[in-house]
Amino acid sequence: MAEQKKDLVLDIKDLVIHYETDDGVVEAVNGIDIQLEHGKTLGLVGETGSGKTTTALSILRLVPDPPGVIKSGSIKLDGKDVLNLPVAELEAIRGNLVSMIFQDPMTSLNPVLTVGEQIAEVIALHENISEKEAQTKAGDMLEVVGIPRERYGEYPHQFSGGMKQRVVIAMALACNPKLLLADEPTTALDVTIQAQVLETMKKLREQYGSAMIMITHDLGIIAEVCDEVSVVYAGQIVEHGTLEDIFESTMHPYTEGLFGSLPNIEERKARLQPITGLMPDPTNLPKGCCFAPRCKYCTENCAKSRPDKKWVSDTHYVRCSRYEEPGFQIERRGQ
Amino acid sequence: MEAAKINGAVQEGGAVKRRGQAGEIWRRLKKNKMAMAGLAVLVLLILVSIFADVLFDYNEIVIKQDTSIRLQGPSGAHWLGTDEFGRDILARLVHGSRVSLSVGVIAVSISLVIGGALGAIAGFYGGKTDNLIMRFIDILLAVPSLLLSITIVSALGPSIFNLMLAIGVSSVPSYARIVRASVLTVKDQEYVEAARCIGANNFEIIVSHIIPNCMAPIIVQVSLKVASAILSTSGLSFLGLGIKAPTPEWGAMLSGGRAYLRNAPHLTLFPGLAIIITILALNLLGDGLRDALDPKLKK
Amino acid sequence: MSKYIVKRLIMLIPVLIGVTFLVYFILSMSPGDTATMIAGEGAEAETIEAIRKEYGLDQPVIAQYGKYMWNLLRGDMGRSYLTKRDVFTTIAGAFPNTAKLAFWSILVAVAIALPIGIISATRQYSMVDNVGMVAALLGVATPNFWLGLMLIILFSLKLGWLPSGGMNGWQSYIMPAITLGTGDAALITRMTRSSMLEVVRQDYIRTARAKGVPEKAVIRKHALKNALIPVVTVIGLQFGGLLGGATLTETIFAWPGVGRLLVDSIKSKDTPMVLGGVIMLTITFSVINLLVDILYAFIDPRIKAQYR
Repeated sequence: MAEQKKDLVLDIKDLVIHYETDDGVVEAVNGIDIQLEHGKTLGLVGETGSGKTTTALSILRLVPDPPGVIKSGSIKLDGKDVLNLPVAELEAIRGNLVSMIFQDPMTSLNPVLTVGEQIAEVIALHENISEKEAQTKAGDMLEVVGIPRERYGEYPHQFSGGMKQRVVIAMALACNPKLLLADEPTTALDVTIQAQVLETMKKLREQYGSAMIMITHDLGIIAEVCDEVSVVYAGQIVEHGTLEDIFESTMHPYTEGLFGSLPNIEERKARLQPITGLMPDPTNLPKGCCFAPRCKYCTENCAKSRPDKKWVSDTHYVRCSRYEEPGFQIERRGQ
Repeated sequence: MEAAKINGAVQEGGAVKRRGQAGEIWRRLKKNKMAMAGLAVLVLLILVSIFADVLFDYNEIVIKQDTSIRLQGPSGAHWLGTDEFGRDILARLVHGSRVSLSVGVIAVSISLVIGGALGAIAGFYGGKTDNLIMRFIDILLAVPSLLLSITIVSALGPSIFNLMLAIGVSSVPSYARIVRASVLTVKDQEYVEAARCIGANNFEIIVSHIIPNCMAPIIVQVSLKVASAILSTSGLSFLGLGIKAPTPEWGAMLSGGRAYLRNAPHLTLFPGLAIIITILALNLLGDGLRDALDPKLKK
Repeated sequence: MSKYIVKRLIMLIPVLIGVTFLVYFILSMSPGDTATMIAGEGAEAETIEAIRKEYGLDQPVIAQYGKYMWNLLRGDMGRSYLTKRDVFTTIAGAFPNTAKLAFWSILVAVAIALPIGIISATRQYSMVDNVGMVAALLGVATPNFWLGLMLIILFSLKLGWLPSGGMNGWQSYIMPAITLGTGDAALITRMTRSSMLEVVRQDYIRTARAKGVPEKAVIRKHALKNALIPVVTVIGLQFGGLLGGATLTETIFAWPGVGRLLVDSIKSKDTPMVLGGVIMLTITFSVINLLVDILYAFIDPRIKAQYR
């Protein structure tokens, strides 16, 4: 099986995370597995609320608690058992071994500290160098992301959204992390700025050799930067494979639906085929396949139990009971 | 995110959703034990003030002087003791709750009506009207509210009505500001423009769209302001500018006890406790309402 | 920045005119004849008439007010109807007493409130939080004149440790400062806590944690400065209120400050004194507000940018 890969930077097994609120238990993450090799990029793609961000936060053990509770599973980050580390060691890892870029650059920088200070802080925390050296290095990092070092002493409100996100990227990469978590890093930005920021990220990641998890709902970004893709639905990975596996030999009806909702420039006459219905209520997930209520291939069997992983190649698996039937194919494959 | 959702919910507004929303708020409020305790105490206080005459006869017990039993400490016959004229303190506190609660409620109503109207007009019409009204509000704000109340009462002469008016006027600014702010945020929303497009006039818009939308902060403010009105009343009475003897009023009772601090501290202790319990109950309820109306603040 | 300050000070002028007019107007509604009152009991009709002329009380209210403002412009606040003393000197004499008390009271308040507020917020729903919040609620609910009386009963009458009133030596500061300070502390504590809770939820705090900043530094370096902004306002407002004279507390402790002076003047319809006091109050309050706004700029770079 493909799980025998060695040299993993991240190894998540059967992660289950619930948010226990007054209004009920939100089943945010329901048994996610992620194996990521050093230097590779994994795309987590799925709708808002499918548990992508929660998964990323759990790698830093930053799931807000209360109400978030990690019910079961294990997270090994470069061999370290994140869920059982003492807080001091955890703090030593955050921003150093693994760092995160958040979705909204407008709110993810502290408004009362200068951008330089904020970058220098993470360097001073994790590297054994003087304050002065940390400041110099923070200036270097600013230049690396394309911001003149003269702007070290300015405050976040003096920067545009794209510039702020560059600062966040500089902060995330300052300590040369082995794993970078990017949570929809370009969603809040203008389209033109998006491309620039993505380009910067891609260049730097290659330069630093970090592995990355790219969280997005944009298949275009996935195609651009990822080696592997996990398609997440209702807190589960419903299909996983290499970029090629997912794009060329799509298996899961939900993945098909994602592609169907993209406009096709080459074939203008083709109509968009949005997925009908809504994500199931995460406080009350269906007993069977969570996608069944929206799935056009759904049979009675689908509502009975959650489908298991079905490996279709060394790199590619899908969770869909229909594949138990010989000869089943989704439409996209048939075309 | 969360804030956007709530704004969204508020914007959907309208009469249809209103009932469901009220039910939701009540459900959240019920979970808050402190707020429910506050509410229970308040209900009890209201009941006591309604049935004060049943509990203690006004002429025979509350204001009848009997110097033979003056300044007695708590006992079986007089649970909280007697005052300098031999009147039962518990009976006076019970009847005093009528004065405090009614002054509190009426004073707040006065400020709510005046302040709300000023704020709504200022916010709705904007421009010069807004400027004029808000400058007036600034002037009122520049004088500390207790001092303003003292000035008004001393000019008009002490009476229950003047007291209510004085306290009411001094908290006009806070309502004017709340309502104005709400109006400004609501005014340009699409659904108000939509209402205007289908021919609703200004008055209809104010009544059916703007007022429902500033209810939340106002409800919270009312519960807290009734509390501060009760505090101001007792403060004014304490200075001798409040309600005249022999009407039982908590602040006046407290003030009356000052001369006997050394030998009969219960004269000041119990009225003070009555005030504290009332204010505490109102504040607990007010805080609970704030949390229930704005779930963002909780967690 | 200096342009902003000047603008704010200029804006004070219409407010001052409005406030004095409002107070003048309210006081003029009071029943009873001012001239008779100034003359004192049993004065003869001629004396009263002479006084009426001398003080200009025979003229319409608006004319009287105009004359008052004219004198004010020339720096003359008039004389007390009652004591015949110069209003400015009297107030200038009382103000330092009030200011000293205000200073110690706000110090007491901040010293109690900030630590409790911060600890409460960082350990939400803990023992410290629950006890602190109940105490704060009680503090808000307790009338300070009652607290003052209780302190007098305990420390002056029963124990005999502290003087029950007046302003003699540092001991006489203790009870008034505690009376005023605890009330304000309650408010500041609640404000600090809710502001901290709000800030701790912000994205940039999550960013700081994700950077590996230790929890203590997250609070101290990242959260506190942001959370203090609204707290500073409240402290400023409270301090401004205290400088205006804590009417009730000053009355209870026989403190020779502005608050007591004002109440006595209002009660005796000593219009020039009241107006003088109100002018002083308005100016102090506005200046404190201005100082708070300036202080903001030092805490929050976003606000600093707006002042340019």
